[in-house]
Amino acid sequence: MSIAWYLAVSAIVFTLGALGVIARRNPLVVLLCLELMLNGANLALIAFSRLWGNGDGQILALVVMTVAACEVCIGLGMIVAINRRRLPIDVDELRELQG
Amino acid sequence: MSAALFFIAAAGAIAGAVGVVLLRDPFYSVLALVVHLVCLAVLFLLLRAEFVAAVQVVVYAGAVMVLYVFVVAYVGGEGDRFEIGRLGERLRGSGPGGSRARLGGAALGGALLLELLIALLGTGLKGISGHGAGYSPGPRTFGTPAYIGQLLLTRFLLAFEVASFLLLVAAVGAVVLARRRGGIDDADAHEALAPLDLAPPRDAGTMAEGVGRPLAPAQARAEGALEARARSARSSPRYPLR
Repeated sequence: MSIAWYLAVSAIVFTLGALGVIARRNPLVVLLCLELMLNGANLALIAFSRLWGNGDGQILALVVMTVAACEVCIGLGMIVAINRRRLPIDVDELRELQG
Repeated sequence: MSAALFFIAAAGAIAGAVGVVLLRDPFYSVLALVVHLVCLAVLFLLLRAEFVAAVQVVVYAGAVMVLYVFVVAYVGGEGDRFEIGRLGERLRGSGPGGSRARLGGAALGGALLLELLIALLGTGLKGISGHGAGYSPGPRTFGTPAYIGQLLLTRFLLAFEVASFLLLVAAVGAVVLARRRGGIDDADAHEALAPLDLAPPRDAGTMAEGVGRPLAPAQARAEGALEARARSARSSPRYPLR
């Protein structure tokens, strides 16, 4: 398959992730949709890496995976802290930063 | 063969992504994301990125998703189950402002997809319609663990070290965030009842109680504590997930 097909799949996955970040209200699902966006970007990076026959894109994809793992770590920690304070698990109702 | 595998994996990846966005129960969203990640790993393999595909399955679909499943189980995803008949209602949203927000989100998503497709596929890159650079299988060729490891420890040593430090900072931050605090507004920390609070007061069951003498301070405190506990149990229900 040509590289363009992979790029089209990457664009669709990224768009679905962005749509979920906009439309969903549960912060757990928002984090999952952020993962979708990062994975779409990863697919594009690896497709371009294959296009040039160069490993730099794969290294960048690995770094993106590390950043995604850190983001999951912090985000889930925040959700556990929110749940422990019996606050609503809903990004619409958590719009104020003041504890 | 490769084309058939591509279409199966791409359909699985897109279906998994749609499932993450549409399923109401967060637990099912996590499972859909696992399907998406495994299909994406197949796409990485088709692009000759063997090491990244292995990392995707081991780290993402293995470790990170286990973390998600634990948190979903802890927070208690009490969402309603997936029903085909209510899909339209779900997409339109419920509650004030819900439908407009969903509509705006869909319009924004469509515009974003169009823009991305134009930006990615409408470039002047000639190689984009080809199969990429030449590739010959071998032990140290493009995408193998040896190749990636050599790059990580020579050209990208700084990025490697910064990523490891970032992971350390994130782990410490998660522990600090999720730690149980002794703060005043921690809802889990009830005021503990001392055993002496539950013992009957000295003059309980006597004539003095019958004629309406004021309660002894210890009994008043015990009743107050019991009532406060019952009130806090009534007034702080778990909020349902949406």
